[in-house]
Amino acid sequence: MRRSYVRALGTVALAATLVVAAGCQDSGGGDGGTASGDCGGKIAIFGAFTGDNAGLVIPSLNGAKLAVEQFNTANPDCKVTMQEFDTQGDPAVATPFANQIAGDNSFLGVIGGHFSGESDATMPIYQAAGLAMVSPSATRTDLTQKGNTSFYRVVGNDGTQAGAVASYLKTQNAQKVFMVDDASAYGAGITDELGKQLGPLVVNKDKIQERQTQFDATVSKIKAAQADFVFYGGYTREAAPLVKQMRAAGVQAKFVGPDGLYDTAFPKGASGGAEGAIITCPCLPADKAGGTFSADYQKKFGIPPGSYGAEGFDGATIYLDAFKAGKKTRADILAFVKSYDKQGVSKYIKFDAKGDVDPTKVVIWAYQIKGEAIEALQELKLS
Amino acid sequence: MHFDELIGHLGQHTVDGLSKGAIYALIALGYTLVYGVLRLINFAHSEVFMVGTFAVLILWNQLGVQNNPPIGQAILFLVLGLIVAAVASGGTALALERVAYRPLRRKNAPPLIFLITAIGLSLVFVELFGQVLPKLLGGALPDVFGRPRQIIGMPTIIQQETLFTIGNTAITNIQLIVFVAAVAMMALLDWFINRTRYGRGVRAVAQNPETAALMGVNQERVIMLIFVLGGIMAGAAALLWSMRFGFTQNSIGFVLGLKAFTAAVLGGIGNLRGALLGGLFLGIVEVYGATLFASNWEDVIAFVVLIVVLMFRPTGLLGESLGRARA
Amino acid sequence: MIDKIRSADRRRVGFLTSIGDRWGALPKWQKAIGVAALLVFVYTLPYLGKLPGGLMIPGLNNLRTDSIAGGNNWAGVLFVCAIYVLVAIGLNVVVGLAGLLDLGYIGFFAIGAYSVALFGSVNSPVVKWIQQEFDLPPTWAVTWGICLLLAIVLTMISGVLLGWPTLRLRGDYLAIVTLGFGEIIRIVARNATGVTNGPVGISAIPGPEGPPSADNKVFGLIDAKPWYWLAITFVLLMVILVRRLEHSRVGRAWLAVREDEDAAAVMGVYPFKFKLWAFAMGAALGGLSGFLFGSRNAFIDPTQFNANLSILFVAMVVVGGSGNMLGVSLGAVLLAYLPERFRDFADYRWLVFGLAMVLVMILRPQGLIPSRRRARELKDRAAEAEEAPAHV
Repeated sequence: MRRSYVRALGTVALAATLVVAAGCQDSGGGDGGTASGDCGGKIAIFGAFTGDNAGLVIPSLNGAKLAVEQFNTANPDCKVTMQEFDTQGDPAVATPFANQIAGDNSFLGVIGGHFSGESDATMPIYQAAGLAMVSPSATRTDLTQKGNTSFYRVVGNDGTQAGAVASYLKTQNAQKVFMVDDASAYGAGITDELGKQLGPLVVNKDKIQERQTQFDATVSKIKAAQADFVFYGGYTREAAPLVKQMRAAGVQAKFVGPDGLYDTAFPKGASGGAEGAIITCPCLPADKAGGTFSADYQKKFGIPPGSYGAEGFDGATIYLDAFKAGKKTRADILAFVKSYDKQGVSKYIKFDAKGDVDPTKVVIWAYQIKGEAIEALQELKLS
Repeated sequence: MHFDELIGHLGQHTVDGLSKGAIYALIALGYTLVYGVLRLINFAHSEVFMVGTFAVLILWNQLGVQNNPPIGQAILFLVLGLIVAAVASGGTALALERVAYRPLRRKNAPPLIFLITAIGLSLVFVELFGQVLPKLLGGALPDVFGRPRQIIGMPTIIQQETLFTIGNTAITNIQLIVFVAAVAMMALLDWFINRTRYGRGVRAVAQNPETAALMGVNQERVIMLIFVLGGIMAGAAALLWSMRFGFTQNSIGFVLGLKAFTAAVLGGIGNLRGALLGGLFLGIVEVYGATLFASNWEDVIAFVVLIVVLMFRPTGLLGESLGRARA
Repeated sequence: MIDKIRSADRRRVGFLTSIGDRWGALPKWQKAIGVAALLVFVYTLPYLGKLPGGLMIPGLNNLRTDSIAGGNNWAGVLFVCAIYVLVAIGLNVVVGLAGLLDLGYIGFFAIGAYSVALFGSVNSPVVKWIQQEFDLPPTWAVTWGICLLLAIVLTMISGVLLGWPTLRLRGDYLAIVTLGFGEIIRIVARNATGVTNGPVGISAIPGPEGPPSADNKVFGLIDAKPWYWLAITFVLLMVILVRRLEHSRVGRAWLAVREDEDAAAVMGVYPFKFKLWAFAMGAALGGLSGFLFGSRNAFIDPTQFNANLSILFVAMVVVGGSGNMLGVSLGAVLLAYLPERFRDFADYRWLVFGLAMVLVMILRPQGLIPSRRRARELKDRAAEAEEAPAHV
């Protein structure tokens, strides 16, 4: 018995030695630098590419893919690769990815996060690694107020969008605005900002919860308040049944929502109830976006770029420009992003000291639901 | 706290709560029937309801139903919807019993095992309708399975209108239909269980399986019967849901099922009339609570009420029994 | 087909049992070597297939989650496995040993995570309030070690508070009440904006070296290995603790209560007391796990504590083999590791979890590595069913 153990141990030890001896050199990262040649490199993109709210994030991913593909076709001697990391929008999933990306020196830049929570959770990690983050869609106002020096976003923040909503409501001569939000970081954030700007015009408010399906109490509050406008901060899943139940109960107030509702599932889910609803979005109508972006996107993916498609494209373009300018280290690229100053397809991109895109350059459009389509209505004044 | 609002429109909130609770009660019946006979929680019952809503959706979609059809057609669509939903939900419930629960019953597995199997089944159904069917049928039924996990709207069959007003309480046609239909379904079921031969078999098995078997009751058939009955009730709830709210999604079962189960426990699980009482009580509590605080506290209020009720009446408001109390 | 699987499975279990028996028969020094080898293995896992010098071992390297495109940090995944093992051990005390179905275990996990966040982070409203009340500098916060104690104490108290009114209920009722409890915790964390920062979440949660910063030497932001070692150390300590508890008077009382509550009561084992004990014990372990989770991620928000995770936790225990610590640990590791390694199918993970739960329950209700006692119980029940086919 004892002998067999000794033999087994010996075999294991021998095998281990052999394997170690035969082990090949680690090829992926660790020793840093770019993969090949004088130009090109690797970037990472992370966000909720699967899960309930993936519909809002996929256009951005597609936009970034399109940018990289076009770049590689135009510059065959400057290959850029982009790796996707699917966080499902969960900060706890995003953190180990951030460690992975930060620890692998072949990554030179990051596009993301797409939601504010995952951005907040991973900012310190990328900061410590000296990696630039360019977010196409994390809009929470306080993300850029924390003294972080590696986070940039090519999208206007909630404060800017709320300002545009407020100015729109005022031009529409709104007297009694009823505000509803879904108590999520995004929905409550933008609704609170709007509340500050509207002041006494807000007649009452209610909070609903995620996955709520029956809104009797909310609808009767809206009815009791005799509101002429209802603003809903949140996503499609709750907005579609809410607006439908409002209409069924005979509430005539105009329905206004932010970019979380910029999704054709909203009119579809409300089956007629959403007719005439207004959606604001810091995204340009397809025909107003610069260059051939919309046409290219439509051609490649078969659908028009939805929310943040152009922002994803711009985010990737910043890094592509950096590679083209011959930047090869994280520090150089971070500096390049910081001083970026160029027209993008979604807007003119230039960051202020905190990492927000220049607020005067943010463009916010109002869209209206017609049938099952989202049609551009007008550009909004920012405040 | 908005006491004025609650007191000022107490009647309205009560009516809203009753029509909300009626749907809970119909779903709760499925939990209660199975629990009354088998003493196990069919956690997957929420998905039986979800399948029913999808059946209605597909039917209306295939018939090309538009918003606000003429009244004759509307009634036809509703009746067809009821049949299709009842068949789909009843069939699903029966399939669950035969495929998953029967092998477990053969082994006399403890209740925990049933519960976990049911949770697993529930996940499978949610993902089936959220991910697998959109992949498989997305091309054939683009309006139903066009995008995975998406909320899908249904046409409005009956326009909601105020029928009559008592004081400042308005009662709408839809609320009335939902409430009356739900109570009628329950009365029918109550009659079936208490007055017919089959019902007697169900009560016999619920009271004492061994003796019932000796008396010539076919136990397997009784068990199939209760699953089908529970499924039909869920199907009816699915139709009423589709008529009133007009949308569905693969994940709607979870929250509704949780509430319906809470309703069943509140009323006394295993007790048919308890399910009705529990459902209506829960509906009212939720609407009152959402009015007093804000709607995002609704679930907290529902669960706190559940805990409090169970502390004082550990077997629910009416006590558990399908026929009479068991040891 | 099914028969073949069954017989193969029986052989597998026979093999496992014989290993167990042999292990029991080994002399002490060989056992010591075995344990030492296991420890070395567990602590060197972050280097699996990829040694510190950058040497790669081809076969083993493929087991790592960062060897695939879009892959995940291996040490980070190991850390998640470790805290899930801790969860599984804690839930096993409640479900496996005491036989109480807890569908709201995520609630305790959340309380653990929130105790370090609320008291340890300078961004938390609670810390800000304390600073204001007592004129403390804006960098002041409760230190990590004290937060650890707080997390354990708070979760134990919440376990008792939940258990006190509800443990008198029968098993099925308990399941729904605990599920409700988990939801209550999450919704309160989300809605009580003034205390928990609500949906925005809390950042800058401290680790052993204080608040997260690029200057931290060991428990830094980028390298997850030390965090894994910390977590696995907690796991080993807790395994020893729970093992001792299992074989103590309390552990035997739990088994007695699980198998027949009335008989236990007649024999002078007061079921309520021991159930409460199990609940508090399990809660503390869940809280400890949540504490590590919050501390390592340095950021938490309420969306991370939804009811799906409670179900995942129960699945870990049941698939692994409820009642057997080795089994539940295996369940936890599998359910945390597999979706990370096979990311292409990550979108289908809930479908796979669901199917796995159903299949395991139908084919092997005792789990992958069953507790011997539990397997016997199930067998007894099956035999009873054959003797008296009428019994439901």
